[in-house]
Amino acid sequence: MTGGQAIPPIEAAATEEEEADWGALSSLPGNPLMWILILSELMVFGAFLLGVCGVRVMDPALFAASQAQLDRAHGGLNTMVLVTSGFLAALATRAAAENRGPRCRLFLGLASALGLVFLGVKAVEYAAKAAEGIGLETNTFFTLYYLITGFHALHVVLGLVILAVCARRSSLETVETGTAFWHMVDLIWVLVYPILYLIR
Amino acid sequence: MTYSSQRVALYYFGGALVLFFVQVLVGVLAGAVYVMPNLLSETVPFNVIRMIHTNALIVWLLMGFMGATYYLLPEETETELHSPRLAILQFWLFFVAALVAVVGYLFGIHEGREFLEQPIYIKVGIVVVSLMFLYNCTLTLLKGRKTAVANVLMLGLWFVAIFFLFSFYNPGNLSLDKMYWWWVVHLWVEGVWELIMASILAYLMIKLTGVDREVVEKWLYVIVGLSLFTGILGTGHHYYWIGTPGYWKWIGSVFSTMEVVPFFAMVIFTFYMVWKGGRKHPNKAALLWSLGCAVIAFFGGGVWGFMHTLAPVNYYTHGTQVTAAHGHLAFYGAYVMLNVAMMTYAMPGLLKREVYNQTLNMWGFWLTTGGMCFMTFTLTFAGVVQTHLQRVMGMNYMEVQDQIALFFWYRLGSGVAVLLGVTLIIYSLAIPGREGGRVSTPQGAPNPAE
Ligand code: HEM
Ligand code: HEM
Ligand SMILES: [Fe+2]
Repeated sequence: MTGGQAIPPIEAAATEEEEADWGALSSLPGNPLMWILILSELMVFGAFLLGVCGVRVMDPALFAASQAQLDRAHGGLNTMVLVTSGFLAALATRAAAENRGPRCRLFLGLASALGLVFLGVKAVEYAAKAAEGIGLETNTFFTLYYLITGFHALHVVLGLVILAVCARRSSLETVETGTAFWHMVDLIWVLVYPILYLIR
Repeated sequence: MTYSSQRVALYYFGGALVLFFVQVLVGVLAGAVYVMPNLLSETVPFNVIRMIHTNALIVWLLMGFMGATYYLLPEETETELHSPRLAILQFWLFFVAALVAVVGYLFGIHEGREFLEQPIYIKVGIVVVSLMFLYNCTLTLLKGRKTAVANVLMLGLWFVAIFFLFSFYNPGNLSLDKMYWWWVVHLWVEGVWELIMASILAYLMIKLTGVDREVVEKWLYVIVGLSLFTGILGTGHHYYWIGTPGYWKWIGSVFSTMEVVPFFAMVIFTFYMVWKGGRKHPNKAALLWSLGCAVIAFFGGGVWGFMHTLAPVNYYTHGTQVTAAHGHLAFYGAYVMLNVAMMTYAMPGLLKREVYNQTLNMWGFWLTTGGMCFMTFTLTFAGVVQTHLQRVMGMNYMEVQDQIALFFWYRLGSGVAVLLGVTLIIYSLAIPGREGGRVSTPQGAPNPAE
């Protein structure tokens, strides 16, 4: 402590290495932290979907009987709704890249509207299940059904908030970051739908 | 050390080291009671010994965090502390409250509920101490430079205090009691304490390796994000068998498995920073502790945690010696080593000495860490045997304890080694080496205190 004052502390003498470099993530559009979140989300949903496969292997009869009670039409409708919404979000990003703010906001609005439709259809589906007396605790299949689709629906809600933020600040960086999240929500549903509803 | 108010950290580090010694000494006593069940059974029953062991641990870790905060905050914010006098007053209040609690425990005054046994007036005292602390530090942060390290650290500290408030809520329903109990216990060590850990490690990396702040901050954000993303819902791994709904088995298993990721990220982070920045700093012991902290936290929290975190596994191992093995290595690796790293870094500057007693300190590192690892292995073996005999074969609890008695002797042995190691550490931190004293740094050598 004493006598060393003349020497600059190591921090100041640090080599001016590269700016915060995110490795492989640097080349992806939007904020790299968003991609860390996306990877984490994919791992979580991936683990839950593995759980679904586990239940199927352990108890095929229960799995088949429960799956037969799901509403494939509603699920299918929602798949189309969300994929279309994802397409609109992509158009919004292109508009942002071309610096066309109003057009970007328009597409973000349309994408969000379809997000709301998705939630509406989901609500109808849940209501029908509830009317049949099927709940979170009915059996392992439905526990997972509700957890996975419920978590996913929460991500749709969060995605709507994020899209709204993008519409307010339609810089390319923000829109790329926000729509990346929205595409993830989309992608996860495209995985969830076949595994839970379709594959017999 | 650049700011004179950083000196208040000395009180906290001193108090922490005293309680550290008490904690480990009492731990050895608890280990002795395990193999000699009648030892002290009339005067100080095992539950009280255990209580002193665990409470002293939590209090000294918190005291160390406070010291670390008072030490690094002026440097990060580039301003003196708001009020050093308040900080000193706060220290004495905290220290006296801890002593009063311990004396109370010896007379059987406590409220049960593991880790939160403090009587209500001590809990209120802890809240007052926290408020004094947060007030002082937040005002310092507000008037100074705001770095990621300081912001994340303060965020963590605020939430430590906020979650502690749940210790006041003790519903009659046992399921609810447990549910909220974990909001303190789990959300501390696998949530907000991780923010403290990540930010202090980030600070140490900046100082010890000289890597750019920008690079370090990027890692800090990732680690903190991952901790919260996984740790909050990870609480579910304690909701398997306490009467909470069955879906927690899925939530708990999935999210707590992911909790390994931030601990692994901290290993990559620290080693990558050292590889990138090099080991220019003379305080090699502080670097050893920092790297050791990341590694042992990964094994104790990550690997030993994952070992029993999936619901179907936990069904068998719940509450066995496997849990004790994990609890010891995780607490030691993540939070004991973090505190010792910070003290090893800061003490020379605080005591106006050269970086000193490195060899002794590093011997302390290896002896203590070796002892804790050995203890973890013996408890893990004991736990596996216990799980099999008790949970698979259905043998009764006390019969099983006889079967695994040998492991408890090994645990006691490793505990004595730990006690010796801790003595070395404390000695090397607090007492100057033969060449020590108030020597001045030779011209041209890097300034060890920075
Ligand atoms: C710095 C080192 C240490 C740390 C961080 C630590 C931490 C802990 C923790 C967190 C618990 C509660 C465990 C649980 O709830 O499962 C505990 C209990 C205990 N510790 Fe330690 N401890 C340390 C050192 C020691 C030593 C050296 C010994 C001596 C052999 C020891 C003996 C015990 C015993 C006997 C218990 C009670 C276990 C039971 O109830 O079955 N500890 N310790
Ligand atoms: C540094 C971080 C950690 C610390 C300090 C820590 C400490 C502890 C302690 C003391 C207990 C015993 C609580 C009691 O008295 O019942 C415990 C239990 C447990 N921990 Fe950790 N832990 C950490 C991280 C983790 C992680 C990352 C995981 C999962 C991957 C994990 C999984 C568990 C599980 C499943 C239990 C319950 C054991 C049982 O059912 O008996 N822990 N932890
Ligand atoms: Fe936990």
